Amino acid sequence: MPASTQMKSVIVKNVKKTFRAGKLKVTALENISFEVTPGELFGVIGPDGAGKTTLFRILTTLMLADEGVAEVDGLDVVKDFKTIRKQVGYMPGRFSLYQDLTVEENLSFFATLFNTSISENYDLVKDIYVQIEPFKHRKAGALSGGMKQKLALSCALIHRPSVLFLDEPTTGVDALSRQEFWELLRNLQKQDITIVVSTPYMDEAGLCNRVALLQEGKILDIDSPLGIIGKFKKPLWAIQSKTMYRLMMDLKKMVDVESCFPFGQEHHIMLRREDMVHSLERDLVALGHTQLKIKRIEATIEDAFMELMKPH
Amino acid sequence: MNVIEVNKLSKHFGPFKAVDEISFTVSRGEIFGFLGANGAGKTTAMRMLCGLSLPTQGEASVAGFDLYKNAEDIKRNIGYMSQKFSLYDDLTIRENIRFYGGFYGLDDEQIKTKTRSMLHQLKLEKDAHKMVKSLPLGWKQKLAFSVALLHEPQIVFLDEPTGGVDPITRREFWSMIYAASDNGTTVFVTTHYMDEAEYCHRVSIMVDGKIDAMGSPTDLKEKFSARHMGDVFLKLARKAKRGDE
Repeated sequence: MPASTQMKSVIVKNVKKTFRAGKLKVTALENISFEVTPGELFGVIGPDGAGKTTLFRILTTLMLADEGVAEVDGLDVVKDFKTIRKQVGYMPGRFSLYQDLTVEENLSFFATLFNTSISENYDLVKDIYVQIEPFKHRKAGALSGGMKQKLALSCALIHRPSVLFLDEPTTGVDALSRQEFWELLRNLQKQDITIVVSTPYMDEAGLCNRVALLQEGKILDIDSPLGIIGKFKKPLWAIQSKTMYRLMMDLKKMVDVESCFPFGQEHHIMLRREDMVHSLERDLVALGHTQLKIKRIEATIEDAFMELMKPH
Repeated sequence: MNVIEVNKLSKHFGPFKAVDEISFTVSRGEIFGFLGANGAGKTTAMRMLCGLSLPTQGEASVAGFDLYKNAEDIKRNIGYMSQKFSLYDDLTIRENIRFYGGFYGLDDEQIKTKTRSMLHQLKLEKDAHKMVKSLPLGWKQKLAFSVALLHEPQIVFLDEPTGGVDPITRREFWSMIYAASDNGTTVFVTTHYMDEAEYCHRVSIMVDGKIDAMGSPTDLKEKFSARHMGDVFLKLARKAKRGDE
């Protein structure tokens, strides 16, 4: 991570936003505060409805907060909205492309908007754009999801923004394309662009320098991925048996087991006391479980997120 | 007993073979994970199996009905939900249940009984009068899944049902899938969460319109010397040549 400087790329202080639809009142953001350092890859991690898009729209000057202040590149999102719009890049969750323009036309349109040209900043988008260049005469509407995503990223970058806001760039994208997309982001980071990216995929948190875990408009925690995992103090075990579903049902009935969640090929369990693990194994064998494997493990971001979600 | 039988099923769009001679069977009560990269042909295949699109070649039967001759019967005997399409936002919970009940041909008495048991199971009795749009996504998805099972279909097709859902609700949703499977309902599911691939009884992985691998998660991991289903998926998806068209 780059050395911290006085200037912050993003400052959010006590931001609040409520929406009303008839009688319905929804608090999208509840007193949110955080800062992003220049050159940082900062993740906003949370499920749908957590408030991610509202936050991004406030920071990109497309929406006003009810309360609080926010700055991007040292500029106020309300007073200096015109300057901010020239300086930042924004890739909204819903594709922002013109469906009936070709790939090349979309990119040159965005370049023109910012008084630049494709050739001027080509080095910045080159790695991404070469992957879609073979289809440059194809209409954007006829592209697949993965290709649209790469074109939208190119368009958001073409004016060499100082801060890039990516709202759920990998939602609905397959595991391989997600991996490739994150490689692109890490290369961009080397070019001194601050990146703020949101995602509902917990496994992507580990690829950020720091993350904010967002749930129902509240920040559950902000830290480096290792910092978040480090704060998870409860002993955690991964457990397997031949019949995983029955194992979960049995574990959920046991009083010593504080929680049990399926995690891929394992279940992650928390016990009320660490030494209970010995009797647990015996009890499960008595219940007829075979091929039992129990091992002490480190928490993942997803374990931490679920623990933080619990009412305290 | 097989509730889905697919034999060399293909769908071409001009020269493009979106689905290229896929064959597989799914048995009663099985949780069958249908994986593939974007553009591998999953959606096209699923649309054919739901009776929404005619194949170019090959044979298939779903719930005992032929894909060519009895598409309407198929639609009546399956349930379907996806992240994008599930419930009507501007109707209340109760109204949604009644609408779908009528839609699937249940009579008033059946709808009444089903509504009661469903609201009880989901602990939504007090919220029955609420507009669906006011519900958190996780609740909406659980309700949508129950609604898709309203007419007790033999098979339920779930197209990325847990996309964007919080981690706890995502796991509760899978408990509901297991319960449906225990009741004998066949579950045909697509997902981009690789941990969820591990929860399926069997998984198929599509690459460039073909099924490149199929088996239980344990067998597939062994075959591809992979630690997780995620590794199996990446190994296969990297081979794709046609990109995501």
